[in-house]
Amino acid sequence: MAEAQLKDDQAPRKLAYVNAITEGIAEAMREESQAFLAGEDVAGAGSVFGYTGGLLEEFGADRVIDTPISEKGIMGLGVGAAATGCRPIIDLMFMDFLGECMDEVANQMAKMRYMFGGHARLPVTVLTMSGAGMSLAAQHSQSLEVWLTHLPGLKVVAPATPYDAKGLIISACRDDNPVFVLLNKLSLALQGEVPEGAYEVPIGKANVMREGKNLTLIAYSRMVHEAMQAADQLKEFGIDAEVIDLRSLSPLDTDTIIESVKKTHRAVIVHEAVRFSGFGGELAAQIQELAFDYLDAPVGRVGAPFSPVPYSPSLEQSYMPNAKRIVAETRRLLGV
Amino acid sequence: MAAPAIGSMTFRYAFRGSFTDTHDCFGYARHPVRPDHPKSPEIGGDKPVTIQATDAVLLDIHERMVRIRIFEEEAGKLMENGKVPGALHLYVGQEAVAAGVMAHLEDSDHITSTHRGHGHVVAKGGQFNEMYAELYGKAAGYCKGRGGSMHICNMEIGMLGANGIVGGGIPIAMGAAFSKKFRKTKEVAASFFGDGASNEGSFHEAANMAALYKLPLILVCENNGFGEYTRQDNHQAIVDVADRAAGYGMPGVVVDGMDAIAVYEAAGEAVARARNGEGPTLLECKTYRFYDHVGVRGMGLSYRTDEEVDAWKQRDPIKLIEEKLIEQGIITKRKISAIHKRIREEAMAAIKFAEDSPLPDPDGLLEDVYYVQA
Repeated sequence: MAEAQLKDDQAPRKLAYVNAITEGIAEAMREESQAFLAGEDVAGAGSVFGYTGGLLEEFGADRVIDTPISEKGIMGLGVGAAATGCRPIIDLMFMDFLGECMDEVANQMAKMRYMFGGHARLPVTVLTMSGAGMSLAAQHSQSLEVWLTHLPGLKVVAPATPYDAKGLIISACRDDNPVFVLLNKLSLALQGEVPEGAYEVPIGKANVMREGKNLTLIAYSRMVHEAMQAADQLKEFGIDAEVIDLRSLSPLDTDTIIESVKKTHRAVIVHEAVRFSGFGGELAAQIQELAFDYLDAPVGRVGAPFSPVPYSPSLEQSYMPNAKRIVAETRRLLGV
Repeated sequence: MAAPAIGSMTFRYAFRGSFTDTHDCFGYARHPVRPDHPKSPEIGGDKPVTIQATDAVLLDIHERMVRIRIFEEEAGKLMENGKVPGALHLYVGQEAVAAGVMAHLEDSDHITSTHRGHGHVVAKGGQFNEMYAELYGKAAGYCKGRGGSMHICNMEIGMLGANGIVGGGIPIAMGAAFSKKFRKTKEVAASFFGDGASNEGSFHEAANMAALYKLPLILVCENNGFGEYTRQDNHQAIVDVADRAAGYGMPGVVVDGMDAIAVYEAAGEAVARARNGEGPTLLECKTYRFYDHVGVRGMGLSYRTDEEVDAWKQRDPIKLIEEKLIEQGIITKRKISAIHKRIREEAMAAIKFAEDSPLPDPDGLLEDVYYVQA
């Protein structure tokens, strides 16, 4: 496989998250003739988020396919095509639309290999958009990752950076299991270094974004950037925070988390999803199971309140976790 | 009777329901299921039959039907005697549908099935040893004991699984059909489902997409008159599920699902359309299950009468084809008995194989959750 190529005499290329997604899909389709992209408005319109622009021109209408607004059908297309020799890339426009196709996801896609005694292989990638912050209100803004991470048989990744978006999409498409790539709509314009060509970001491997001594902030998707800002602000309170970007929620890189907590003795988990019954509960439980004797403070969790995502910008700002809230929760837990 | 023209297309078996005088779905909205369900004048009448079963094909269909019947009779005994765990939904009475359709399919063609899926596996070429072993939850079963009756499958013969979710297989079959077109093969996919599943959103989305993309798909509705325990006229306001085909721009055909030869002929045309790139067909087969929704006697719920069951048994699909085979001099009564005896012996030997097979190693619980690169 082609490795990332950077010329020594050139500054690393910067690309927006949205364009990194496009490159990830394009690289995956270039290297695999059995790959196709199907979803609502992905061909003619280039997707409502703009990340499939140009793909129709490069790969043609046989491989970039507009579908009806039929999420059960789209997801079934992915399952049936994957089980019979294709490598589908399915675009589920908004993660909120999982409700329309949860049977195809939960009862068919996730379980088919197991139910069939290992005789089925489902190399299907699902791209879907999560997150609030654009006044799209309660049905177009959710972070429903736990609906997916609770399902054995699925892999779930959530890239925070343009580099990871491209690399994780390529890894997902090369994987012979169903992989959900949870994209973030408020990150679409985020710039970052993205090498040309195909490269992988390994699924199941967290990334230590910043090293620190006495607190571990664990985040994923856009909340990684809020956690990084919080880490800066926490310096003035004498807290040297380590920041872990999980990148992959299932499988989970428990080793990296536990190794960090054993070093820092404190952990705060950050996600945009509703805090109650959120992914942070799983992380907190694993930390206390595996590193109880190392903890000097209760494990903290920052997430959205127990409310649907609101419409009005003032309400939405109040809903979404941010650096300020991470700092406040950390100070409360640590008494500083 | 001339086939009605729909748009630019004319279909030989003809759309049903509101397009004919006798089947105005509004006029007959509370039409009871009856054993003498009127055969469409378009079917088996003066139409030019292009798909005709040879003697060899008729014998092949008969063999498939008897295999299903005997497999299911013995499976029913195993369940009622507590020999196998779980719930079995048995296919007895509906054999003509699986056999008539499957006689057209190769191993490379894919099917999806229902919770009542044993018959589809048998008709597609599934072996008794691995099937009974799966019902017993044994390691030698088709799914290594991980699936059981409601997920029984065999990928090597294109059988994409029974499915515990009503309507669950239809979008998957549509996806398989998409794959066949995408890969530029001449293969087809068929999805079996019931009248109950035709009320699920999955049916409608998959049907629309199959017609839109002109996919090589045969939607085989096994209308046995009941969605679980609820009678058809209590779960949908139409008589012929095939009427729904018109809403998606594909031919909808009604056929007597107790007549294996009629199913074979109608399915042959649908399969030919699919292989020729002309798109999907909705083939509705009017049939009846002789056993209960679950098991043989089932839960004893009073949702149908013994008289109704007995009346349908007068048109037992195996009896019908055997009468025809004998009448046409294709086979003798004695040879038919020998076939039944041979298959019964095969079933009994397979049950012994399954009973003697080891259970799966409990330590292997997590195998096959994910594909792991070797």
